[in-house]
Amino acid sequence: MLEIGLGHYLTVAAILFTLGVFGIFLNRKNVIIIMMSIELMLLAVNVNLVAFSSFLNDLVGQVFTLFILTVAAAEAAIGLAILVVFFRNRGSIAVEDINQMKG
Amino acid sequence: MTSLANLSLAAPELLMAAAGLVLLMIGVYQKGDATRLVGWLAVLVMVVAGVLVLKGAGTDAGTTFKGMFVTDAFAVYAKVMVLGASALSLILSLGWLAQEEIKKFEYSVLVLFATLGMLMMVSANDLMSLYIGLELQSLALYVVASFKRDSVKSTEAGLKYFVLGSVASGMMLYGMSMIYGFSGTTNFEVLAEVLSEHQATGVVVGLVFVMAGLAFKVSAAPFHMWTPDVYEGAPTPVTAFFALAPKIAAIALFVRVMTGPFADLIGAWQQVMWIIAVLSMIVGSFGAIGQQNIKRLMAYSSIGHMGYALIGLVVGNEEGVQGILIYLAIYVFMNIGAFAIILSMRQKGRALEGISDLAGLSKTSPLMAAALAIFMFSMAGIPPMAGFFGKFYVFISAVHAGMYWLAVIGVLTSVVGAYYYLRIVKVMYFDEPTEAFDTPRLANRVILLVAGVFTLFYIVYPSPLLLTAQAAAKSLFAY
Repeated sequence: MLEIGLGHYLTVAAILFTLGVFGIFLNRKNVIIIMMSIELMLLAVNVNLVAFSSFLNDLVGQVFTLFILTVAAAEAAIGLAILVVFFRNRGSIAVEDINQMKG
Repeated sequence: MTSLANLSLAAPELLMAAAGLVLLMIGVYQKGDATRLVGWLAVLVMVVAGVLVLKGAGTDAGTTFKGMFVTDAFAVYAKVMVLGASALSLILSLGWLAQEEIKKFEYSVLVLFATLGMLMMVSANDLMSLYIGLELQSLALYVVASFKRDSVKSTEAGLKYFVLGSVASGMMLYGMSMIYGFSGTTNFEVLAEVLSEHQATGVVVGLVFVMAGLAFKVSAAPFHMWTPDVYEGAPTPVTAFFALAPKIAAIALFVRVMTGPFADLIGAWQQVMWIIAVLSMIVGSFGAIGQQNIKRLMAYSSIGHMGYALIGLVVGNEEGVQGILIYLAIYVFMNIGAFAIILSMRQKGRALEGISDLAGLSKTSPLMAAALAIFMFSMAGIPPMAGFFGKFYVFISAVHAGMYWLAVIGVLTSVVGAYYYLRIVKVMYFDEPTEAFDTPRLANRVILLVAGVFTLFYIVYPSPLLLTAQAAAKSLFAY
């Protein structure tokens, strides 16, 4: 029987985090997908923290997770709000249309 | 038993948090336009918070909120700079809001909350309070960057800043989770203790992620890509604010994190810091050369300045930190003065931001041209302006620590940087004049005068700043 230990959780978190990072840098289409990738990164961190917290028998990690969840919600709200005003001005949320400034 | 007296260490922050909520209410319930009222009240709150910070300076260092929040001479020094920079840039912004007829009181409230976040960053003594302070600051800054919401450029700046800023926060959080997991604590003092005995590889990996996040926040190369775009796109007073307060807070945080909990890992981070500092100096000086937009130029200039300031962190001792603190104080005065002029670049009520618009300023308004020339000479580091001394102290700390290459590269990039600073002076004094600018507002002129006098005459009486910075640096290395 396979014992699921700390290493497995960390691996899952690392994979999720990498997916998030790649989602941001390889995605050339839509800003919404970038926001989903950001959320994925933060959730990977939460998995990490909860796993460590349970492994160390220490509550601090779970408290940290709650803080991150709260801030992530605020961050998503602000990000979407900015995206809405940008869409009103530009008429598009394609990544390639975010190109007013260069250099 | 935890006593209420402990909270007095965080009095300025508590005041600002409460005042932010009250000002929001005042703005909502005030009949008519509340922009001016709320704006000046926010300035007043920052001044009172500054007084509270200075009042607490007499007492010794202490921690509160179960060791999450620390106040010491270093925090006091950085907080006074942050509050001063925020208040001055808010005053400049109020003039701009009036000129552009933007009637939104939320601006001042957002700046107030961002400043509160910066104070939390400066006083952070735990990874958790570090994160909360940093996010409070960043979230408010994302919104002010896109404050001119009918402008494509401003909203694009906000969007770019948001995406890249969130990625940096995510990276930093991942690093924090590694540090927590492999050391079992998030508290800085306990971390320092744990790491002095045993240094797990996981902690080093985490530290690299945290450094990447922090380097993003101070806009150090190679994490600087957002800076020019955000500085150019954001409304000009917001750019002034971005160039000042968040930079100071982030550098102070960077210094505290590196020299506090991770002091024993200096072998691991010194090389990385060396590369970051050198790259920032190079990007800052070469990137600015072809720029036509003065806000974009200031962005590269600030990247370069952060590189110089980080030299002190590479050195990593008391002398280096003292150099950083002096550098930052002088940086505030030079930049607020330069931005007071950039905000006064208006013809017939229309704001300008091209470097060529400064042509012949020496003929149309000689005093403004002279002041901008002083700031440019100072930023280039030409004696006897204040900027020379800022660079001098960080370079000398590198030389004393035997890091000759760092100092040599610093001097060489300053020479390259001098080229684009002097180009502005050349445009002002030797090009054919265009139309004259509108008369600047009173607040801009006063700020300009104060900043100019400081920059020009710092050489006469340098000791107070020197001694305060020394005491502040000392408090950081007390344990």
